[in-house]
Amino acid sequence: MSSTNQTIINALYDDDDVLLSGVKEVRGKGLEIQEVYSPFPIHGLDKAMGLKETRIAIAAFLYGVLGLTTAISMTYGMMIVDWPMNIGGKPSFSWGENMPAFVPIMFELTVFFAAHLMVWTFFFRNKIYPGAKAQNPDPRTTDDKFLMEVVAGGDHSNEDIMALLKETGAIEVSVNSAEHA
Amino acid sequence: MHYEAPIRQPLIEGDKSYHDITVDVVRPVESSAPKSWWLVFSLALLAFLWGVGCILYTIGVGIGTWGLNKTVGWAWDITNFVWWVGIGHAGTLISAVLLLFRQKWRMSINRSAEAMTIFSVIQAALFPGIHMGRIWLAYFVLPIPNQFGSLWVNFNSPLLWDVFAISTYFSVSVVFWYVGLIPDFAMIRDRAVKPIQKHIYKILSFGWGGKAKHWQRFEEVSLVLAGLATPLVLSVHTIVSMDFATSVIPGWHTTIFPPYFVAGAIFSGFAMVQTLLIIVRKMFKMEEYITIQHIEMMNIVIMLTGSIVGIAYITELFIAWYSGVEYEQYAFLNRATGPYWWAYWSMMTCNVFSPQFMWFKKLRTSLMFTFFISIIVNIGMWFERFVIIVTSLHRDYLPSSWSMFSPTFVDIGIFIGTIGFFFVLFLLYARTFPVIAQAELKTILKSSGDNYKKLQEKQEHVEH
Repeated sequence: MSSTNQTIINALYDDDDVLLSGVKEVRGKGLEIQEVYSPFPIHGLDKAMGLKETRIAIAAFLYGVLGLTTAISMTYGMMIVDWPMNIGGKPSFSWGENMPAFVPIMFELTVFFAAHLMVWTFFFRNKIYPGAKAQNPDPRTTDDKFLMEVVAGGDHSNEDIMALLKETGAIEVSVNSAEHA
Repeated sequence: MHYEAPIRQPLIEGDKSYHDITVDVVRPVESSAPKSWWLVFSLALLAFLWGVGCILYTIGVGIGTWGLNKTVGWAWDITNFVWWVGIGHAGTLISAVLLLFRQKWRMSINRSAEAMTIFSVIQAALFPGIHMGRIWLAYFVLPIPNQFGSLWVNFNSPLLWDVFAISTYFSVSVVFWYVGLIPDFAMIRDRAVKPIQKHIYKILSFGWGGKAKHWQRFEEVSLVLAGLATPLVLSVHTIVSMDFATSVIPGWHTTIFPPYFVAGAIFSGFAMVQTLLIIVRKMFKMEEYITIQHIEMMNIVIMLTGSIVGIAYITELFIAWYSGVEYEQYAFLNRATGPYWWAYWSMMTCNVFSPQFMWFKKLRTSLMFTFFISIIVNIGMWFERFVIIVTSLHRDYLPSSWSMFSPTFVDIGIFIGTIGFFFVLFLLYARTFPVIAQAELKTILKSSGDNYKKLQEKQEHVEH
């Protein structure tokens, strides 16, 4: 993805199942797939492309722990240490005694932190933000087309790769030597 | 891989391809609004402006402009607050709980249902805000030292839990909704021809391109958000019910409140989804995506939750008698036979009796009847909150404090205003946002589309 003067061969498909079998075939030939753009999530595509599992759920868990910790320190600091109040005879001598009344806050802040920080991570890792330039090179890939980008090179000539892609059912195949991030 | 049992009815009717879904979803955005849209929008806007006037009057003069008195200190405002929050619950239920249960029929309705959630929570949040009287001191609910001195908020109070619950619920719902919208905005961006439109959708779509890794994260994020939103939605109405249940007012101080409120919330929310979707599918010709089957499924949910609510009402009555507490017994006797008997029996008829019609397949698949019942249910659920709040308060412990509540034009105006505001937001949404989660819907076309199901059936016959 960082390489600058790579030749990329684009193959456009019009069916998700054809694309998926195409991905498997291309990788079976030892070629590297740089990217696949699709209008919707295709089940099994990440495995077929050899993508690692996402760790975003683990991040969400850690954010949740952070939220819970925040809630505990906030209730402790404000209600027990800084200004203990006797409200309705509820004990405020120690956090443990007062804890049941704090459960709703602890729960809400856990969810709040986990959800928001996870989504921020999602935006950050995908490099998507308001006004960003469209990442898909072909606008048809948000409608009903699927684009596979194959890295040219190795012992295959460009013509060979293009023939292979055509064989897998691509409707359009083109060479793209221009760099793009 | 795309298999679904033939006995299941198709969720997408007509001979649709991926491209057809794109075109159908984007049509309301790309074409000009139908006359009916302008008509409803003008009415809603008028109601909204009337409400704004009443709110400004309240803020300027004070809540003495409302019908509240020394005995009934909470009335329409809190009724409306609980009513609107409750309506919001169906959206999260559809998008989160049905996602966890892998219910595919959620896909054509979740976007609008969640829009409804967000817009109704906005209405709800207005009420505690203006009921504070001095709205410029609303920051007192934040965990900062009050008056910037040394006094903090009270974390023991259910009213403060409510602040945290509602703001978490609102913001998480917005984020959940928006993450789902990004790929659909990208679709509109890539189709747009007018430069201004293209620019707006470019900003809204965050540059989404549908890369494989991004879709992988997208699905994980949706799943985790659904997992977080599910307990969240249950917690919100639980905490709303604790505003009442943790007090010592007879009629409020009951442990049944949390589950009973949550069931009622889902009940009223689904009714509102029906009201809105029956209008949307007609106005924007979405009949092939929001099918009679979708309507029927939601009617079944209404029937189920309506019955749960009915059982809760009866349990409440029984426990009031069985508890042996005279105050509690009187509170319930007074609800059913006191001066507010009409409110109680409206509630009973609308919420317990009317959903039972849904046992008949003919009725629950009828659009006209569904629309009618959805309105009835929402009226009933408004009365439920009115009954709980006002009838429990108006007969105070001392008979000398007994009083009645009657709303002023300001009370009524603000309520009508929020209905107007809600519809203004929803109608604007319906014209500018993709009203169906098209990216998600495309994933089930091959398993649940009418044409693909027929094709599959044909192939099976050849094989056997």
